[in-house]
Amino acid sequence: MLQVNNLHASINDKEILKGINLEIKAGEVHAIMGPNGSGKSTLSAVIAGKEEYEVTEGKVMLDGEDLSDLAPEERAHKGIFLSFQYPVEIPGVTVTNFIKTAINETRKSKGLEELPAKEMLQLIREKSDLLEIDRKFLSRSLNEGFSGGEKKRNEIFQMAMLEPKLAILDETDSGLDIDALKVVAKGVNKLKSDKNSVLVITHYQRLLDYIVPDFVHVLYNGKIVKSGGKELALELEKKGYDWLK
Amino acid sequence: MNKFTEDDLKKDLENKEYEYGFYTDIESDKFPIGLNEDIVIAISKKKNEPAWMTEWRLDAFKIWKEMEEPDWANVTYEKPNFQNISYYSAPKKKPKLESLDQVDPELLKTFEKLGISIDEQKRLSNVAVDVVMDSVSVATTFKKTLNEKGIIFCPISEAIEKHPELVKKYIGSIVPKSDNFYAALNSAVFSDGSFCYIPKGVTCPMELSTYFRINEGGTGQFERTLLIADEGSYVSYLEGCTAPQRDENQLHAAVVELISLDNAEIKYSTVQNWYPGDSEGKGGVYNFVTKRALCETNAKVSWTQVETGSAVTWKYPSCVLKGDNSVGEFYSIAVTNHHQQADTGTKMVHLGNNTKSTIISKGVSAGKSQNSYRGLVKVSPRANNARNFSQCDSLLMGNNCGAHTFPYIEAKNKTAQIEHEATTSKIGEDQLFYCNQRGIDTEKAIALIVNGFSKDVLNKLPMEFAVEAKKLLEISLEGSVG
Repeated sequence: MLQVNNLHASINDKEILKGINLEIKAGEVHAIMGPNGSGKSTLSAVIAGKEEYEVTEGKVMLDGEDLSDLAPEERAHKGIFLSFQYPVEIPGVTVTNFIKTAINETRKSKGLEELPAKEMLQLIREKSDLLEIDRKFLSRSLNEGFSGGEKKRNEIFQMAMLEPKLAILDETDSGLDIDALKVVAKGVNKLKSDKNSVLVITHYQRLLDYIVPDFVHVLYNGKIVKSGGKELALELEKKGYDWLK
Repeated sequence: MNKFTEDDLKKDLENKEYEYGFYTDIESDKFPIGLNEDIVIAISKKKNEPAWMTEWRLDAFKIWKEMEEPDWANVTYEKPNFQNISYYSAPKKKPKLESLDQVDPELLKTFEKLGISIDEQKRLSNVAVDVVMDSVSVATTFKKTLNEKGIIFCPISEAIEKHPELVKKYIGSIVPKSDNFYAALNSAVFSDGSFCYIPKGVTCPMELSTYFRINEGGTGQFERTLLIADEGSYVSYLEGCTAPQRDENQLHAAVVELISLDNAEIKYSTVQNWYPGDSEGKGGVYNFVTKRALCETNAKVSWTQVETGSAVTWKYPSCVLKGDNSVGEFYSIAVTNHHQQADTGTKMVHLGNNTKSTIISKGVSAGKSQNSYRGLVKVSPRANNARNFSQCDSLLMGNNCGAHTFPYIEAKNKTAQIEHEATTSKIGEDQLFYCNQRGIDTEKAIALIVNGFSKDVLNKLPMEFAVEAKKLLEISLEGSVG
């Protein structure tokens, strides 16, 4: 599904990613761990196509298609979803209106008609029930005045609505207490299938107790320095990152 | 000159008709350029006005001559040469077109984006409409309904002729001739506009819109609107059009007067989309408008405006809260792009006890434009328990535009409660990337963010107007990001 080949990326002429190789197959859950400043969030932003970053070498491919020349929205249309560490507020735009726009824009890119209002409502109802989201929440302004947990749940709700091929969860656990974390993880697990993949980016091991990865990679100084199974996460929890330097 | 009597005027007219050659041309469509007493008299004559109206205009002209063009607004432009303007042109007959194929494709594109129906498109671009019978019958039904309720809704020139007692009583009563430079000019030379009277206790059964004033084509350069809601009545009035309006007249100076008598309510909504000039700012309309409302006891007036057009806008719809318990509201969205300049806001003058006012102003600036909010909240010493709430929000796009807020508060009564909130924000890269990541392109993302930002005001518009206004906001900001 996702293939990252020798990816180098920099911002303001400072190289952050220094040759990343990664392959994620359909149905797999991968975790990327690493200390602060190792390039974890840069990797997710570069995969999503954030224009501030310059890709100097290598490429990102989805289902064999090179994404290099595609704008962020085009990558989204192809099925890449990024759950943000800090979701932004958009005052006056309700959760429902926002997701409706996102879905219809994606459909438009595929030459489809807008989803009729009735079907849209049905879909919203179905997904919010699945994730146990109170419907009142859906008429609030996007992320405005949301608690940390609400923001992350909203991200997962959008993921459920958009049904991406690859979901990247960037530090989804930050700012969440254990109960909120469980709710979010439960949502992700419900959405997982053998047709989609998940890339979990995290600082701590605790999220991986709930979203169990097939593979764990350690990112350090812009490179993947070690890969392994889920037990690697536990080892890192115990020993820290220093022994890998 | 001493008092100018009707007889003097009559003599003047008799003599001057012969003295000046152009009077023989009185049937022609356009007056020669320049402004003097003769021109003012000629306009009045052209309109078959009674002597009192002619005199009223002449008085306004005298006042105007002594005034200077104001320059306190936060706008810069080349001042018009008032002697280089023709002050009267008959409603022009645009050439009738056979089909929409003959209409400027650029204009059609805009119509399409606004979601204007084919029939409406034809009407706006002066294409012969197939279903003439239909539109005539709609208008006739409309007129009949209004007549049954005793509502008067007609061009102001017709009102001067048929309802002189109402016009005489109220015209200039809330925007006096001497109010300001442009109001004085308008008073002297106005040639068209609307008049509306809602009788006691009547709720106007439909949204009144200038659209239905079928005998008028296009909007005039110096429009005069007078709207009177008699005791206990209600009316919602719509002015303007979301379709872009081009006009060869660069200067527009309208006056709108609303009178809301005891227990009456007026809701006045405007969508202004005059030609803003090209992306370099050339050729746009200067829109210098005076709008004011008087509220008697328990009366209410709401102004709602969506301003997207004009090169330069200078406009402060205001409320004089004269009666006890009267309420004034101002909801505004002003969008400026390219080189547009807008200086707009309101004045809420609290004179009565327990008077209440609300101001919600949303300014969106893009390109190299300048957008200013200017508002005055004034509480007189006699007004006990006056309350005001003001909220002014500005949204900036890019680094070359400006947003300015000039709130003035003059409270002379200790019981007054005045609140003012202001925010300035910028559409951030982060917001755009977030939208992009969800599959929403940048242009659509801006539209979404701006519509969200303007929601509190858009919600105040009548339903149909709101839908068009939303689309208008999107179109106005097209090309505002590189």
